[in-house]
Amino acid sequence: MSAEQALIGAPDEQEAQAAPRHVSRSVTLTIGCVLVGVIVLVAVVSLFWVPFAPEDTSGRRLMPPGLPHLLGTDKLGRDLLTQLMIGARIALAAGAGSVVLGGVIGVAAGLAAGFATRWLDDVVSALLDILIAFPTLLLAMLVAATRAASLTSAIVAIGLAMSAIVARLTRVLVKRVLAHDFITAARTSGTSWPRVVLEHVLPNIWPTVSVNLALQFGLAVLAEASLSYLGLGAPPPNASWGRMLQEAQASVFIAPVGVIAPGVLIVVLVIGVNLVADGFRDVADPTRRRRR
Amino acid sequence: MSLLEVTGLGVRSADGRDLISDLSFTVDAGSRFGLIGESGSGKSLTALAIMGLLPPGMTASGSVALDVPGMGRTEIVGARERLLNRLRGRAASVVFQEPLTALDPLMRIGHQVAEPLRRAQGLRGQALREAVTTALEEVRLAEPDRIARAYPHEISGGQRQRVAIAMALACRPALLIADEPTTALDVTVQAEVLALLDGLVSARSMALLFIGHDLAVVSGITDHVLILKDGTAVESGALLDVVNAPRHPYARELVSSARELDAALNGLDGGGRS
Ligand SMILES: Nc1ncnc2c1ncn2[C@@H]1O[C@H](COP(=O)(O)OP(=O)(O)O)[C@@H](O)[C@H]1O
Ligand SMILES: [Mg+2]
Repeated sequence: MSAEQALIGAPDEQEAQAAPRHVSRSVTLTIGCVLVGVIVLVAVVSLFWVPFAPEDTSGRRLMPPGLPHLLGTDKLGRDLLTQLMIGARIALAAGAGSVVLGGVIGVAAGLAAGFATRWLDDVVSALLDILIAFPTLLLAMLVAATRAASLTSAIVAIGLAMSAIVARLTRVLVKRVLAHDFITAARTSGTSWPRVVLEHVLPNIWPTVSVNLALQFGLAVLAEASLSYLGLGAPPPNASWGRMLQEAQASVFIAPVGVIAPGVLIVVLVIGVNLVADGFRDVADPTRRRRR
Repeated sequence: MSLLEVTGLGVRSADGRDLISDLSFTVDAGSRFGLIGESGSGKSLTALAIMGLLPPGMTASGSVALDVPGMGRTEIVGARERLLNRLRGRAASVVFQEPLTALDPLMRIGHQVAEPLRRAQGLRGQALREAVTTALEEVRLAEPDRIARAYPHEISGGQRQRVAIAMALACRPALLIADEPTTALDVTVQAEVLALLDGLVSARSMALLFIGHDLAVVSGITDHVLILKDGTAVESGALLDVVNAPRHPYARELVSSARELDAALNGLDGGGRS
């Protein structure tokens, strides 16, 4: 019994030391969900109702918060709250779109690379390193230059850049899983490769990949804001938080809300997603869940 | 012919080292064969070569032939993946040394045992669940339903190895390869798992290829042995012949250390071992 218990006991002791962190995990997850939830709620509401039409420039320019413009207006007299609500939609679409694109391409490429051996493996990993060294914004500018600046081209650019990072992570994880005895054990009982991938490889890399994708979601939101700031994102009247920042910066001393509000929302969404990612680790991996 | 015929088997690593050279032995249907050697002597690679599952980059030469009633004689070296997949599990199956890593940490035990049962016997739904319970009962696991719902890290090492045995037996293999199945276990659990293997192999009249590094353990369960050193056979034959008249120095060493241990144990409890 003793040797077995020593074996099982070891991770337990590590967990005991990390206990305060473990408890804070669920708090982390809750706060993260609340932050992200608020943004999602705002985005959903904006689909059905916004205080003013997004292209309505009838208000006075650069009004301070008050009535009828709760958060004031921008330099064209558009309602700020309306712009922020639509911006939430765009930020979430940018994050989700890039994560889906980058996740699908990245995991597929990473799986292929993980199974590659010898020279093919070397070629693929060199290629991935080059792609990753390539700045996302530069790639995005190239994509935007060949197509019109739009939310879609921003998503394509961010998603492609993300897929290289996801692919490199997936490749390493796949190689590590394939080295395990349980893969060989499954093969000795006649399980075919496609089944091994579906039943063993994907579930075993998923906890780490999904946490990484959640982190990438936050980065994608930031990247979209940067692209919009540079004029490479969604064109007007679709207000992206990044473009709102850019447009409001000249009048930051007259109308600070125009800069602060989108800035705070970007930070709230990115922090929220990161907290969810951190808290999600335990949920995704049964070996990390607390034993009853 | 015999169930398993290994003739002049060689295994070469990706960088050209000979990890196994000119290995030959046969295992008859229903018989028990022991493979003994120190760590790194090529025992596990021999097992993998028999399954056609050498690590990527390694190449096998020579011949490994499996002759299973109803499946015909099949040459493993150089065979196609699809052919091998049909054989794996049914012709031969493996129990590995380290039960923790031989089970998928993220999959419930019941699901892992169900997988080969589903594939080999085409069971579904309730019948499959019952077969899983039966399979777990057959390897003497108390509370099979609780174990089926557990994850590998939630049960003990001995229980994990019983689960691994249940999985290996699920496709009713003609040959069971046990690669140091008790080395990672506690001494008391070792004896139980050995007794379990012994009983199951007899009850199902399977052939057993038992791999170990300890002559005392291997001799308890097999009748023919082969002693492997640095990838080559240094001694092989009926167990009694090898124990009574070892010719190679390494074989003599193994036998004398096993005898010394035996003598020491006899000395300890006054001649009668309990
Ligand atoms: N995947 C591998 N890649 C390269 N060398 C290996 C690999 N697996 C085993 N070897 C080498 O092959 C030799 C035999 O290994 P193995 O069959 O595992 O020994 P053991 O008798 O302990 O089971 C060892 O020298 C080991 O270093
Ligand atoms: Mg070994």
